[in-house]
Amino acid sequence: MAEAEESPGDPGTASPRPLMRDLKAVGKKFMHVLYPRKSNTLLRDWDLWGPLILCVTLALMLQRDSADSEKDGGPQFAEVFVIVWFGAVTITLNSKLLGGNISFFQSLCVLGYCILPLTVAMLICRLVLLAGPGPVNFMVRLFVVIVMFAWSIVASTAFLADSQPPNRRALAVYPVFLFYFVISWMILTFTPQ
Amino acid sequence: MAAVDDLQFEEFGDAATSVAANPDATTVSIEDPGETPKHQTGALRGSGREEDDELLGNDDSDKTELLAGQKKSSPFWTFEYYQTFFDVDTYQVFDRIKGSLLPIPGKNFVRLYIRSNPDLYGPFWICATLVFAIAISGNLSNFLIHLGEKTYHYVPEFRKVSIAATIIYAYAWLVPFALWGFLMWRNSKVMNIVSYSFLEIVCVYGYSLFIYIPTAILWIIPQKAVRWILVMIALGISGSVLAMTFWPAVREDNRRVALATVMTIVLLHMLLSVGCLAYFFDAPEMDHLPTTTVIPNQTVTAAKSS
Repeated sequence: MAEAEESPGDPGTASPRPLMRDLKAVGKKFMHVLYPRKSNTLLRDWDLWGPLILCVTLALMLQRDSADSEKDGGPQFAEVFVIVWFGAVTITLNSKLLGGNISFFQSLCVLGYCILPLTVAMLICRLVLLAGPGPVNFMVRLFVVIVMFAWSIVASTAFLADSQPPNRRALAVYPVFLFYFVISWMILTFTPQ
Repeated sequence: MAAVDDLQFEEFGDAATSVAANPDATTVSIEDPGETPKHQTGALRGSGREEDDELLGNDDSDKTELLAGQKKSSPFWTFEYYQTFFDVDTYQVFDRIKGSLLPIPGKNFVRLYIRSNPDLYGPFWICATLVFAIAISGNLSNFLIHLGEKTYHYVPEFRKVSIAATIIYAYAWLVPFALWGFLMWRNSKVMNIVSYSFLEIVCVYGYSLFIYIPTAILWIIPQKAVRWILVMIALGISGSVLAMTFWPAVREDNRRVALATVMTIVLLHMLLSVGCLAYFFDAPEMDHLPTTTVIPNQTVTAAKSS
């Protein structure tokens, strides 16, 4: 049952959409994040599936295999979730309160999708950690996390900075910086048991 | 005398306070000065042009200047109401941060920088940054202190983030609330020339916490002396900003009450910094190396003495 393309923000349409089309839309947005260009695709056809997949992946990878995860001190699954979603909502509210003209869900979409580089960094870190701890190991992980952190910031500001008046741009971008910094910190300090 | 002249000059220069006339009519009398100009302009220009004036927004701009910063004309359940607390530009936030770092004797932070436009952006994001700065610096510092130990296993200590957040945000909101309540109560007994709204107090407290961000990062240095010097410097700067802000508000009062208020403000500030230092940062145990050298000395001296 092929239909004309509907934007995901369309309520009340009961017609079923093929799964492949949704996956392709998510994949296309991943590509836009990895190669940030000035395009409106991320903003126009927002969806929250991508951010959800990324958040769950990141939270799962930040779990350890040890039995007493309570005493470990690392973030629990729910904590990662709360930080990502609560952080994204707070940044969005901040942006709107400062007078930005981006909609609530568009902003959540952009912030969620731009976690992709950091999720890739987490994957790389887990693989690197299989080689055993050590200072070289740490330097490699540090380098990867820093590069991916910069990538996330560049990708998200490419989309978000234009929605703010120029005299408040720095005020809107700083919380994004803090948000990705905290996530990078969680990734860098991950120590498997 | 100079201080009183300063205050009088500021009152005449600041159109808001001179029109408001009553010093502590911050929220009650907003309607009266706002409405009379509107009626006057309406009567002068005729009924047909009133709509044009409202469309052009002239009334709004007059109202905002006369309402002494009480431009919260939207009801509190609308989004626009909260937008008025974020009505700051980048340079204004930087100016306020600079003002909190360089306290000028005799200059009041609220009058100089906030000028009836308190914002919630600064307090909220400075507190958020401070929470993560303390948690991350504490974690790093503990890691570096225990680096050589074989029994030490690094943990990110993520619990401490939520604890830090609770402490900092509680301090940044509850203490201003208590202080505001106290000042309102004293105002009812003694007429003060200077009084602050709740948001202005929150604003001052929020910006005064900025100095603790670099302090927390420098607390990574595992030297007790360095840490305590940093505590003194930070307390000196932010304590003086707070003291100079609130001294004019209690000056008219009973001498002892005024002094006690300012002392309590500074004391609470000190408790916050010392408490954070003690809880999040392990004491640098420099006796690792000395113990290995002291014990042989002691055995040697014991052998010599016996």
